[in-house]
Amino acid sequence: MIWLDTLIQGLMLGGLYALFAAGLSLVFGIMRLVNLAHGDLIVLGAYLILGIGTATGLNPFLAAVLALPPMFALGWLLQTVLLNRVLGDDILPPLLVTFGLSVVIQNALLMGFSADSRKLPVGPVEAQSLALGPVNLGVMPLVTFASAVLVIFGLNRLFYRTALGRAFRATSDDPVTAQLMGIRPDRVFAVATGIALVVATIAALYLGARANFDPSTGPARLLYAFEAVIIGGLGSLWGTLAGGLVIGVAQAFGAALNPEWQILAGHLAFVAVLLVRPRGLFPRAND
Amino acid sequence: MRKVLLPAGLLVTAVLLAALPVIGSRALVQDLFMVLCLLVLALNWNMLAGFAGLVSVGQQAFVGIGAYGMFACVILWGMDPLAGLLVGGLVAMALSVPVAFFTFRLNGAYFAIGTWAVADIARLSLGQWRALGGGTGTALPKSAVQDMPGIEAIRTLIGGSRAAAVDALTYWLALALVLAMLAASWLFLRSRMGLGLQAVRDNPVAARSVGVDPVRLKALVFLLTAFGTGICGGLLFIQIGRISPDAAFSLLDWTAFVIFIVVIGGIGTLPGPVVGVLVFYGLQRLLADYGTVYLIVLGLIGIAIMLFARRGLWGALTRRTGLDPVPLSHAAPRPAPTPDS
Repeated sequence: MIWLDTLIQGLMLGGLYALFAAGLSLVFGIMRLVNLAHGDLIVLGAYLILGIGTATGLNPFLAAVLALPPMFALGWLLQTVLLNRVLGDDILPPLLVTFGLSVVIQNALLMGFSADSRKLPVGPVEAQSLALGPVNLGVMPLVTFASAVLVIFGLNRLFYRTALGRAFRATSDDPVTAQLMGIRPDRVFAVATGIALVVATIAALYLGARANFDPSTGPARLLYAFEAVIIGGLGSLWGTLAGGLVIGVAQAFGAALNPEWQILAGHLAFVAVLLVRPRGLFPRAND
Repeated sequence: MRKVLLPAGLLVTAVLLAALPVIGSRALVQDLFMVLCLLVLALNWNMLAGFAGLVSVGQQAFVGIGAYGMFACVILWGMDPLAGLLVGGLVAMALSVPVAFFTFRLNGAYFAIGTWAVADIARLSLGQWRALGGGTGTALPKSAVQDMPGIEAIRTLIGGSRAAAVDALTYWLALALVLAMLAASWLFLRSRMGLGLQAVRDNPVAARSVGVDPVRLKALVFLLTAFGTGICGGLLFIQIGRISPDAAFSLLDWTAFVIFIVVIGGIGTLPGPVVGVLVFYGLQRLLADYGTVYLIVLGLIGIAIMLFARRGLWGALTRRTGLDPVPLSHAAPRPAPTPDS
């Protein structure tokens, strides 16, 4: 029974990683941009939620809703002012710009909020759990997992069922022809990054509710998120969810064997999947 | 004229730097040791990212492996630290083979993530090595370091304590490593293989069509830079004297700083890292009292360079003046003189 318990814990953890990864996956799928600052932007979102919560006295869930519009605006601005200028055939400039951005955000947060670790106070729901047959499930992990599935489902609907999604796909497939049809890639990219940061804010809520965070939390989380995107298959949103679950389950089983092996087990699962399937579990197209 | 000035200038600088432990203070020697080591790492990373197009954010893996290799040689097998350096470098190179097999499967930007994951795997694995202190780390025995060959001779030369002599020795080794790296990079880049590498970077399809094998060349650069980075890692930790997984595999110290140095100086240019490390050192002295501001400034400069001058300060300089004192390309053959000119 302990194995079933570990498996469920791993799936729940994987849901959180999928949330971290969803924004990355969307941005990569549309503009082939690898955003090394994504983890730090999630941590920035967590501080924003914390700030709004403390200023207004609202519950973090409501504060997160208030944080969505500014985060969307930040993403839009970031893409318009900075990232659109460096996108191109050469992969080096966008990588280095987002790398620089990551260092800037991390240290700006360190200056503003010190290195003390914080947590989002979500209230009594934190300690509640449900008895489902033989296993006990925490309510918060369950809500996190449900949110991850919902976010992936929503992004998928957006991607395949709306006019905006059509513009996303068209720009991703062939930006030149998309321009002939009256689509402006810069604007499409700006909206995509805005949406990615909205997803990042949702991820930030669960990050901050689940565990302590501080300004240096970003990069490590980012690594798991990237692993999820890569083993899921580049550009596939459901694949990203599957990738997150693989990393989460591997980490849970590693931790069950020896607490020191948690992170290592996740990385080894990443390597193992890529050795068997070099293009990930569900590759979308020829990337 | 230029052919004489450049080597002469280099020679004078090298001699001045070499004389530093005799004439300068110990603090300055320690400072410059760190600068020289960062320069070695930067020269290696520039070869990888600037010339071979392999943007790695996991080079700290090889720094850490080289350092742990050296520690294992000294503590477990009672070897001399200097021999340990070489072993550390060779182990780093040997391990870079399986790493290359794995990471070369990942395209473009995802190569960066692959190397990062590998570095984290190395950090966590070596944290399990109980004999070398596990997660908390261990110190290098003082006696082993102070019994390195040549220490007594250096003591009589500079007239200080044994510790100062160790500082001087590691400093000279770092300087030698820099000079060796510079010479090796220049020779390699002007060789047939180096020209092939630059051709692949500038136009992969055209390069392939004239028979250049990009994967073989890139793998070669990956292996060689793992060796250079590993040796430098060992040297760094002889001087630091204490190792722990977090320090040996620090992304910030051994990769982030190095990336900024190369980007600021000029990625894909040979003198770029040298210019970059001078700017880096200057900024560090200037902003030493404001740790976080310093990093923010570095990040902003890096972003600005990528936006406005992709070949960094050195690239901007050569383009402005039209002069390239360190040409990597060979001059085109002169056209045969025509009778009427």
